[in-house]
Amino acid sequence: MHLPTPSGMSRRHFMKHMATAAATAPALQFISDLRAHAQDIKKAQKACILMWMGGGPPTIDIWDLKPGSKNGGEFQPIDTKGDLQISEHMPKTAMQMDKLSVVRSMSTREADHGRGRYYMHTAFVPNPTVVHPTFGSVVSQELGAKRSALEIPAFVSVNAPSGSPGFMGARHAPFVVSSNGQIRNASLGDKKDRLGQRLRMLSVIETNFINSKRGEMPKGHREIYKKAVNLMTSKQMEAFKVAEESQETKDAYGTGGFGQGLLMARRLVETGVPFVEVGMGGWDLHNNVFNTLSTQRLPQLDQGIGALTADLAQRGMLDDVVLVWMGEFGRTPRINQNVGRDHWAASWSVMIGGGGLKGGQAVGKTDRDGVRVDGKAYLPGDIWATVSHALGIPSKTVHRSKRGRPMKLANGGSPIKELIG
Amino acid sequence: MQSRRETDRKTAWCRSLLAAALMAILVAPGSGQAADRKKSQGKKSTARKSTAGKSSTRRRAAPTAALTGSAREIVDYTNSQIKQGWTDNEIKPSALASDAEWIRRVHLDLVGAIPSLETVEAFLKDRDTTKRTKLIDNLLDDPGYVRNFTTIWSNLLIGRQTPRRVSRGGMRKFLREAFARNRPWDKVVFDLVSAEGHFERNGAVNYLLAQMTMRDDGVQATAKTTRLFMGIQVQCTQCHNHPFNDWKQNQFWEFNNFFRQARRVDHRKYDPKSGRMVDDYSELVFTDFNEKVFFEQRAGTLQMVEPRFFKTRVDAKPSTDLRKELARLMVAGENPLIAKAMVNRMWGKFFGYGFTKPLDDMGPHNPSTHPELLDRLSREFVKSGYDIKQLIRWICNAESYHLTSRLGADNAVDNPAAGEAPLFSHMYVKGLEAEQLYDSLIVATGAHKAGGSGWEESERQRQTWLRQFVIAFGTDENDEATTFNGTIPQALMMMNGDLVDKATSAERGSFLNKMLSGAGTDATRVRRLFLSTLTREPTRRELAAAQQLLKENRNSPITAYQDLYWALLNSNEFIFNH
Repeated sequence: MHLPTPSGMSRRHFMKHMATAAATAPALQFISDLRAHAQDIKKAQKACILMWMGGGPPTIDIWDLKPGSKNGGEFQPIDTKGDLQISEHMPKTAMQMDKLSVVRSMSTREADHGRGRYYMHTAFVPNPTVVHPTFGSVVSQELGAKRSALEIPAFVSVNAPSGSPGFMGARHAPFVVSSNGQIRNASLGDKKDRLGQRLRMLSVIETNFINSKRGEMPKGHREIYKKAVNLMTSKQMEAFKVAEESQETKDAYGTGGFGQGLLMARRLVETGVPFVEVGMGGWDLHNNVFNTLSTQRLPQLDQGIGALTADLAQRGMLDDVVLVWMGEFGRTPRINQNVGRDHWAASWSVMIGGGGLKGGQAVGKTDRDGVRVDGKAYLPGDIWATVSHALGIPSKTVHRSKRGRPMKLANGGSPIKELIG
Repeated sequence: MQSRRETDRKTAWCRSLLAAALMAILVAPGSGQAADRKKSQGKKSTARKSTAGKSSTRRRAAPTAALTGSAREIVDYTNSQIKQGWTDNEIKPSALASDAEWIRRVHLDLVGAIPSLETVEAFLKDRDTTKRTKLIDNLLDDPGYVRNFTTIWSNLLIGRQTPRRVSRGGMRKFLREAFARNRPWDKVVFDLVSAEGHFERNGAVNYLLAQMTMRDDGVQATAKTTRLFMGIQVQCTQCHNHPFNDWKQNQFWEFNNFFRQARRVDHRKYDPKSGRMVDDYSELVFTDFNEKVFFEQRAGTLQMVEPRFFKTRVDAKPSTDLRKELARLMVAGENPLIAKAMVNRMWGKFFGYGFTKPLDDMGPHNPSTHPELLDRLSREFVKSGYDIKQLIRWICNAESYHLTSRLGADNAVDNPAAGEAPLFSHMYVKGLEAEQLYDSLIVATGAHKAGGSGWEESERQRQTWLRQFVIAFGTDENDEATTFNGTIPQALMMMNGDLVDKATSAERGSFLNKMLSGAGTDATRVRRLFLSTLTREPTRRELAAAQQLLKENRNSPITAYQDLYWALLNSNEFIFNH
């Protein structure tokens, strides 16, 4: 197996230079197993793809329609292959709904973009004394750290503001890439043969600063560099190259940023990346909601979800890959004077499927006009607990903040019974 | 489920109540604090004794002894308040920063880039005991100060990604004038909130134009104005009462009322080249707004509100310019929120942490760490005529600003990165902002001297470079994040990107080229490379490693120097302000 290494140096020799930079033994885990075959890497590995709808999507027009209500809006529901109806502008997704479910009883209280984004990504409300890890960072720590064959970051974010790793530290930060799959500056160019001596010198300077008692940040810097060098020299970088898919596949996912991002996500989870977040913006529809949805947002969304679900199922990966679709909050059932919907966190929907979870269901419900949850309501912690269950992360897992405060996995949420069956 | 959500809230709520109660005890005159002071006085003297032998630097004369008059008094007060926090928490501060450590910091903070080699060497040689205070004054008069603060405030006011139909040039021009002439902060705020007109002729309008990228009835302008200038977050009261204090939903809409007369007009023009209509200029104009403002309560009922600034009602006639009224109310009084918010933000800029966390969320639910100090500094700021440079002088002359970032023997608990309240007993390590890194690379490598391109071209290159690190959140509030700090893309950019590649190229006219063609031993050259990047001398180990590198590349010393330079620019020490 040929790996690109600086000339005159074996890959193992080269990686050792990175290892000498490390003060502690665990850094050796970055040295990848040369004998790992591509086939081994591709074997069933659990993963989560989060589709993030920046701005707060009007779920009342997508997953939980209210025909006949004053709040119903312009769209009609259609039947699906599952046991629920969704928007008429989601026909391709409708064909896959036997594999996906909708939680229609989210009630989350945070209706400000920043706070909602934080709450939905972390399961915790913002608190000035601690920064909670975004859930991709949790998965990076719980699953990514154990995948020694993985040479690229365990948490990739495509066009999405995934949030911060918080107290889990920079090594679990999202690796943010754009959906065209081009990673800037990842090529060594003509300086390949000098990387070894450059890194040796760097290590001396870095160690001096790390040993000078200036807190955690200087150490984090070295870890990031280790990851960056690992990535630069890895064959797994191929996973980012969506351009290499057939035109047919690219067209099936949709050629916009969202579709291509989902296609990259599939390639990444195939390679062993346990968490990928793909962002789609433009949901903050304070005006002209129906026209924007039917002509712009929903066709893209529908095509992307439809293609990804079908593709994963066809490849036999859907039982291992959890799909989650959410935004900061939903939008007001009441239609405002600008034919828009405003921020609304009291009653809205999240879509979730794959990963062995039960599909085809509507979990929970809202009242006739969509303004209240009828019966049991769910929080982001329950969604992430469900995801953790599907990924095999033990529900009793407790993390500790830098001050040693215990933080329960998913803020102590419980897996949703109807989904885990 | 319901109950857990309640618990979430309740814990946070209880915590803030508890904190508020504690603060109340501390602030009450003659009660808790006096007692604490007495208690700690005994400790203080023992503390002194025990440190006297250990550290000679600690006993050096205060580096800011040159201050006189009211500035002296305010800095003394600041020092005493900060020290009180140390004694109360039974910690001892770190030693004073060396001149080398300090000059790097003060340059990064004030002019946004590291000092040049010549500047560093001159400063280290200077025997004047008042040189630090003098340097602060000199840097405040440096054009780099104006540029740095123009950049900082452009980013705060309109973001790094200029929204469509907002003029970054216009915004920068307004700010440049403000900081160059040291315009009083209240006047600047007044203009930003009340401006009208063409986006290049009156650059102040760009602030609101950037908040009005869509028709949202001034919701975003309301949220941003209260947050940025007054340091309060009322945006969540748009939809419900504030969860942790007594701000009510109507308050958001009362503030919002003031923005309802603002209207943006986007002009288009015919482009003869393409034969199409294209964007021309935009402007912010006053329109009569006669409708009443209603908002929807949680119960679904509509409530009417009138323009009101906290408790002050404004008697609004259709001809009243409500934004001017708001601006007047914002800047009125002996200690308005705009003063407190600015002091807190400015302190936070220099230390990495302000008196509240986040900086722009002040209020009874989030008490500040040094309430009396914050209060006094903001009163003094108002008394000084909102003199921004004066405020900076107080902060930069305060003892805390002169301490090393290296932890002492006895202040490990002062660790705000772990969520502790900052005690300012050592300098906190801050990541360089993208602009600071770019400009520092330019200084370190003399790239600005090497290239022949003009100011406009170099500014354009800088903007293009900066844009690669911005991700938008996809909301209408135009909020954005940066992928810049401590990320793999940043590491890749530093290792393989054009900028560092060019810096280490040793092409004619470059820093490296000049140094190699000039006289000097290898040891001198290595030393100068360290000084020009990390603003310090190499350690013995580093010198040995550099010499080893030279030895291994005997046939091509330039390769060795390039790789040493590469390592210096890529090091953690270079990318942190400490």
